[in-house]
Amino acid sequence: MSVMSLSRWILPFLSVLLLAGPAAAAEVNLYSARQENLIKPLLDRFTEQTGIEVNLVTGKADALLQRLRSEGRNSPADLLLTTDAGRLHRAREAGVLAPVESGTLSERIPARYRDPEGYWFGLSVRARPIVYVTDRVKPAELSTYEALADPKWKGRVCIRSSSNIYNQSLVASMIAHHGVEATEAWARDFVANFARPPIGGDRDQVLAAAAGQCDIAVVNTYYLGVMLNEDDPEQREAAGRVAVFWPNQEGSGDGRGTHVNVSGIGLTAAAGNRDNAVRLMEFLTSDESQAWYAQVNHEYPVRDSVPVSDTLAAWGEFKADDLDLHLLGKYNAEAVRLMDRAGWK
Amino acid sequence: MNSTTTQTVPATSSRQHWLSSGWRAGVLLVALIVALPVLTVFSFVFEPAGEVWRHLAATVLQDYVVNSLLLMLGVGAGTLLLGVSTAWVTTTCEFPGRRVFEWALLLPMAIPAYIIAYTYTGLLDFAGPVQTGLRELTGWGYGDYWFPQIRSLGGAVVMLSLVLYPYVYLLTRAAFLEQSVCVLEVSRTLGASPWRTFSRVALPLARPAVITGLSLALMETLADYGTVQYFGVDTFTTGIFRTWFGLGDPGAAAQLSALLMSFVFVLILLERWSRRQARYHHTTSRYRSLPRHRLRGWQLPVGVLVCLVPLLFGFLVPAGQLLAWALRTAPEMLGVEFLQLTWHSLILAGSAALIALLLGLFMAYGKRLHGNWLVQGAVRIAGMGYAVPGTVIAVGVMIPFAAFDNTLDGWMRAQFGVSTGLLLSGTLAALLFAYTVRFLAVSLQTVEAGLGKIRLSMDDAARSMGYRPGEVLRRVHMPIMRGSLLTAVLLVFVDVLKELPATLILRPFNFNTLAVRAYELASDERLADAASASLAIVLAGIIPVILLSRSIAHSRPGHA
Amino acid sequence: MPELLEVENCVLAYDDIPVVKQVSFALETGSIGCLLGPSGCGKTTLLRAIAGFELLRSGEIRLRGQVVSHSGWALPPEQRRVGMVFQDFALFPHLTVAGNIAFGLRHLSERERRTRVRELLELVGMPGYASVYPHQLSGGQQQRIAVARAIAPRPELLLLDEPFSSMDAELREQLAREVRAILKQEAITAILVTHDQYEAFAMADEIGVINQGRLMQWDSGYNLYHRPANRFVADFIGQGAIITGEVLNDQHVNSELGIIPGRIPEGCVPGCKVDLLVRPDDIQHDDESELQARVVEKAFRGAEFLYTLELHSGTRVLCFAPSHHDHAIGESIGIRMEIDHLVMFRQERQTAS
Repeated sequence: MSVMSLSRWILPFLSVLLLAGPAAAAEVNLYSARQENLIKPLLDRFTEQTGIEVNLVTGKADALLQRLRSEGRNSPADLLLTTDAGRLHRAREAGVLAPVESGTLSERIPARYRDPEGYWFGLSVRARPIVYVTDRVKPAELSTYEALADPKWKGRVCIRSSSNIYNQSLVASMIAHHGVEATEAWARDFVANFARPPIGGDRDQVLAAAAGQCDIAVVNTYYLGVMLNEDDPEQREAAGRVAVFWPNQEGSGDGRGTHVNVSGIGLTAAAGNRDNAVRLMEFLTSDESQAWYAQVNHEYPVRDSVPVSDTLAAWGEFKADDLDLHLLGKYNAEAVRLMDRAGWK
Repeated sequence: MNSTTTQTVPATSSRQHWLSSGWRAGVLLVALIVALPVLTVFSFVFEPAGEVWRHLAATVLQDYVVNSLLLMLGVGAGTLLLGVSTAWVTTTCEFPGRRVFEWALLLPMAIPAYIIAYTYTGLLDFAGPVQTGLRELTGWGYGDYWFPQIRSLGGAVVMLSLVLYPYVYLLTRAAFLEQSVCVLEVSRTLGASPWRTFSRVALPLARPAVITGLSLALMETLADYGTVQYFGVDTFTTGIFRTWFGLGDPGAAAQLSALLMSFVFVLILLERWSRRQARYHHTTSRYRSLPRHRLRGWQLPVGVLVCLVPLLFGFLVPAGQLLAWALRTAPEMLGVEFLQLTWHSLILAGSAALIALLLGLFMAYGKRLHGNWLVQGAVRIAGMGYAVPGTVIAVGVMIPFAAFDNTLDGWMRAQFGVSTGLLLSGTLAALLFAYTVRFLAVSLQTVEAGLGKIRLSMDDAARSMGYRPGEVLRRVHMPIMRGSLLTAVLLVFVDVLKELPATLILRPFNFNTLAVRAYELASDERLADAASASLAIVLAGIIPVILLSRSIAHSRPGHA
Repeated sequence: MPELLEVENCVLAYDDIPVVKQVSFALETGSIGCLLGPSGCGKTTLLRAIAGFELLRSGEIRLRGQVVSHSGWALPPEQRRVGMVFQDFALFPHLTVAGNIAFGLRHLSERERRTRVRELLELVGMPGYASVYPHQLSGGQQQRIAVARAIAPRPELLLLDEPFSSMDAELREQLAREVRAILKQEAITAILVTHDQYEAFAMADEIGVINQGRLMQWDSGYNLYHRPANRFVADFIGQGAIITGEVLNDQHVNSELGIIPGRIPEGCVPGCKVDLLVRPDDIQHDDESELQARVVEKAFRGAEFLYTLELHSGTRVLCFAPSHHDHAIGESIGIRMEIDHLVMFRQERQTAS
């Protein structure tokens, strides 16, 4: 095929591709680190109510952030949704977010779950407590994250890799509370207690614990919640063999509360559909949406007024760590390095 | 006069020079564009990252190097063992089921490495049905028995070997089929046993093909992220991600990438070196179809087993598990949307395969016309993307594309007050470009191999009959090597079908593929729900794989 | 007759290593030329330069008076109307015989093309083979199709690159004569490259002997044999032995084989040393002769024996003898000179006496 006929063939083809893309009039464009099946139903509901089309790209938060940064002021994205506050903080620092002043949002969302200047807003709270196998561990043996470094847990702890953002945030929170040195010392002892090299995700830690590979695990609650409501009997059974323990409550350690993170959303600096974007943000904090998180994915609503699922209710109330969430972003790289040094794979 | 006397005659073969400007410039331009993403990432190399680098060196770097090397060694040995043995048995032996094995042995190619990884994890992990069954049967508990940990370096070696050996099988088998039966018979008449004939004659003759297949498999291994990440094996690829995103240091990540590329460079040298040894091809022009050695007695089960084991563990078991999961979850997963995902996957894979074929053809032929070091180097560089992890390429595509868009937009605003916005970023064009960068090597190598089998006198003959180089390509080379062209298209098609990281990062709004869907569900540890999409990838990949096998079986000497 | 092809002072090189040095010759329309020389002498490179595949370092090539190559520039081969037959024939495996022959005929209408293909198949004596594929043909048949394909577009000049080298030795001369007949019938001007002098004699009107990139002599076969211009040509063409002699007067040379008449090289005075070229047919077997030589080797050629004989001094010469003169190796036989015109060269290394 000669160059001529090649270009004759390719060019029209490419031009068709270039034209593909969002074109509806009333629309809002969302980059979401929350995967499609955990956000799409809400977005469809929003479109139904408002007539505003939502265009969606899902992906890993870091990649989406990189995409926002490269695209700069011409980015088509109006909103960035992530599943942790650290990345939202990083996005703000990268200058790709714009502040939003919305009475509705600041009224609905407690101040500690949003950026003080309105660069991002939490949508759901994700707690990372300890779970234990009920027939091998008594809750009285447990107290704080710090206490997990105790040699009595040697070979009994399951936790996923340090590459995971939830562990990075957890360690970042400890750096914020105790400083690098103390946290590193803790991490070394904690790693020494691992039952196996970190593999798999949070569900996997629960499965391993239920199967007897370890006695305690540190996982996000919603994984356990989903497992308990799973069709697959094996998963349900495994989840049923463990119980949630809320660490660092009043009376144990400094009583600062269990580590939490939020999934949240921020308006991009390049947003071309600002009004629609703010409407979507407000919609995601409505009673209806908040209840949906709680019911479908067993996350805690950011709004106290919204009822939680039966599964969550059964685990009882807990005090959440009220650490400034942007510190999780600030100490993230330090946390990764610390875990590298501590040998946390 | 001065300008004419400075013109030099190329070293290797002095092909047509007057057209240099056109083809050569074209090849160099394409190579430059294709190399752009890798160069972009490399440009971060110059960002100071001393402190992070010291940290890496003190903590995890050794793991990255050792694990990557072990992974390459293991997968290299695994794919060689499986690929060469199956190729030899199916080419030279006759046994019941051989005809089925011939194409079925390619099937594992249709299964993405990350999917086979999570499938086996679901099956073999401590909490999976196999071990649970074992415990129920024996009453053992944790720690009472030893069971291989699937999520380990060894597990990753096995998984990658199972899905990558078809590259070696494919190319080695094609080479065995091309070997002149006379050469093999001469060996037998000289008193060599079949085994000796294999090890002393057939294998050395097929070595260039074996090495090419091996280098493809190893480049895939180096670029793999999904499997090693899922299995918790720290390699260069996972290290690059961790450094870039976790440590927030693109400079150090790029330096790690550069180190990774040095591995690739060694592979390329190895491959080239083996090609250079390949001059003894086709000493005779007399071919007959190989008489097959009928397996009897103990040979029969051994021969069948050699073929059955890779097929069973590389395809039947994982596909069966996927099917079992899919049957359970399909009602929720299938629907109009699923059809759309499938359509997206097919159209992307098809377009990317055609683009890669055309560019591969253009570059390989350009190299044939002007084989000087500059063009050869450009062609090599254009093929480097194959060993670069998809995410790195995606970021490398994203940055220059957006920079181009924004520069153009800024200029248009300043000049005409019109905003052009993002022309390329976030379009399928960007995605297809990333696929091209990633998989051009596959089509390039296949096309080059095909072209290499066509004697240069064919070009000259056609030229002397009044055809321009482009016409010669179309009228002579393309028809002669249509088997190779088909192979190139199908290989890229299957690769793109399986591709995940670049798709995930670069795809436009509201555009999902089967791989994206399978990944999202699997990464949420919903393996059963991910099964329908995974199975669809496998099914969509099977058809080209079977076509591929047929095209090889029908390849006959004289046709490349 | 106008010169169809003119090659003037052509220099070709690979990587600054010259392979063709200052070669000049010309070829008339309708005649068949041959570049003859040992392998690696540069003859194929020169042929490829004429076809347009190689660039000249310096010099010029003209076709019908029009410059087609000069230093650093070459008219592309597809624009030269020069046909070429390749050593490996280069038949396209994906096309039938008819498809191959018609390949260069795209400027013709479908009907004209069919007619021309039929004509050529008849010309090469293979009328029934139109729809056969190349790999189904024998070597000789492939060769004829390759020629048919090359001459189908009626090129101004046909180039043949060692076209018979893959043939059996017995076939070569026969094929060469056949191809010559075809070319003459079609009045095609051609150049053949070969290392086989018998092929050259069978086919060419004019032959250029090339050695190490230099054209040694451009002449008819007869003259190359009987009037070689230098020692290389004398050595290369035909069989023979070189013996030394000393000039007696302006017509005779004294040698081991006696006093022999011949043309004394220029500048030789009596007493000067010369090399004499003795062909096998210059020496007759004569049992009566006093001149004796010992048989050291013999080769049976059917009608005759080719004897390698050793003279007293140890010098070896060749001799044809009718095959009924069967002598054993080691036997001494009588020989007699039968020369009317001897080729001799002044010795290259005249001792500084």
